[in-house]
Amino acid sequence: MRRVAVIGVGHSKFGDRQDVNVRELAFESVKPALEEAGLTPRDIPYVTLGSVGVWYEEPLPAVAVAEYCGLTGAGLMRVEAACATGSAAVHSAYTAIASGYVDLALVIGVEKMREVDTFTAVELMGRAGSYLWEFENFGLTFPGYYALYATAYMNRFGATEEDLALVAVKNHKYGAMNPLAQLQREITVEDVLSSYVVAWPLKLYDCCPITDGSASIVLASEEKVRELKIDTPVWIAGIGVSSGTGTLSYRDDFIGLDAAVKASRTAYKIAGVEPGKIDVANVHDCFTIAELMAYEDLGFCSRGEGFKMVREGQTEIYGKIPVNVDGGLKAKGHPIGATGVSMIVELTKQLREEVTPSSRQAPMKNYVALAHNVGGTGHYCYVTILKR
Amino acid sequence: MSELPTLRSRKLEISYNIPISKTKKFWDGLREGKIYGTKCRKCGRLYFPPVADCGECYSSDMDWVELSGEGEIITFTHIIVRPVSFQDQQPYTVAIAQLREGVKALAWLTDVKRKDIKVGMKVRLVAKVMEDGRVTYEFKPAEKTE
Repeated sequence: MRRVAVIGVGHSKFGDRQDVNVRELAFESVKPALEEAGLTPRDIPYVTLGSVGVWYEEPLPAVAVAEYCGLTGAGLMRVEAACATGSAAVHSAYTAIASGYVDLALVIGVEKMREVDTFTAVELMGRAGSYLWEFENFGLTFPGYYALYATAYMNRFGATEEDLALVAVKNHKYGAMNPLAQLQREITVEDVLSSYVVAWPLKLYDCCPITDGSASIVLASEEKVRELKIDTPVWIAGIGVSSGTGTLSYRDDFIGLDAAVKASRTAYKIAGVEPGKIDVANVHDCFTIAELMAYEDLGFCSRGEGFKMVREGQTEIYGKIPVNVDGGLKAKGHPIGATGVSMIVELTKQLREEVTPSSRQAPMKNYVALAHNVGGTGHYCYVTILKR
Repeated sequence: MSELPTLRSRKLEISYNIPISKTKKFWDGLREGKIYGTKCRKCGRLYFPPVADCGECYSSDMDWVELSGEGEIITFTHIIVRPVSFQDQQPYTVAIAQLREGVKALAWLTDVKRKDIKVGMKVRLVAKVMEDGRVTYEFKPAEKTE
């Protein structure tokens, strides 16, 4: 396997983006990513595009976006891994370069979720678990899936709704500092607890918003990094991949995600890194409970200790491991095909120490960062470790 | 919804004809008030929901096994914000229970006040024919099914 680096990143404003269609939204991140790398669309031989679709009009977004961005003619692949779609697109481009198939690849993550009404979006997400066994008769929603984990987790370990709320409060604090975030405002524990119930015990502010957005990165082989004289390449040190059952009732327990445990162990092994070496992490906080389970699944703490980490502020920017200091999915927003790519954009900037405003820059000791991207409720999991 | 100019797309209504030939016994069983799982004749693994092919040993030689329905709640949630196709329903409670036979099941939990639902509660999974003729299954508190 050859070494692969991130050499250019781009990120659109996340939010309710009914000012643009899917092509125009993708263009907003493709342009800066190519510009940073000093490339034109003609230089790109291979493009992976992560998008789940169905909430917007184009069934073949890779083709539509490539055409709009002057990439027609490049090898094109559209990738789906539910909410981990962006990471799957990164993984696909990574393996294409690592294997020697190409020297350059462009990864585009884009989602346009707000062209349908909220209840239709809730339906489309809810169907994406196990339609036959858990949606057809039972109408399980995506917040509902995670609520089942929240109930089991709280019952088992004694965590409270206030503990869940602390995750939202933390991530909103950093979201308020991120000009690209959808929800740029701080909230209090009381705001979370008094917000309406979506799927008990999860309330509105325990849930990420429904988001439009795009993020893009350019990946290159080591040879290409030298040829292009890239100043600060950020290397993909390892990616771990795993999965879980679609039907929740086939699972052993509901207090953590096995897929995340497995994916992270693989990633740590390939990268030769331990959790204690990570300077900053972006974890998949689609719901507050998901961030607490992520701390445990990733080995940042033991099982059942995640809620204590957030209570003690260990995942704040000057804590043991800063987590989601861009606002996370919770406040930055979660355009599901773009999220995994957005994590790599954010962590690349963190590793280059060029985050703005600088108050959101995590202190770098080892120059190691981790992205944890879950599709569904651990239906898919991708853990990516980056090093400068 | 935002007030920016948009173009309203053409409308498409989709519904799927989901094949149930291989699990017909299960769906017919619900009409007869029975809950069936399948058990692999080769490796012995029990499945609920039922499957026609064993993902463990790849045998397609399966037995139909009637389940007692007796179980204990492992976790639950109340779905308040409902999908568009469930808008005509009142908010509902979804629970996962461990059944006596060792498999788990996910279904609505009915006939109980929300405040009385607890992890560990004894329940029974029962078949149900809905008003429109569709079949389903649901949990009820064990004491109400005796």
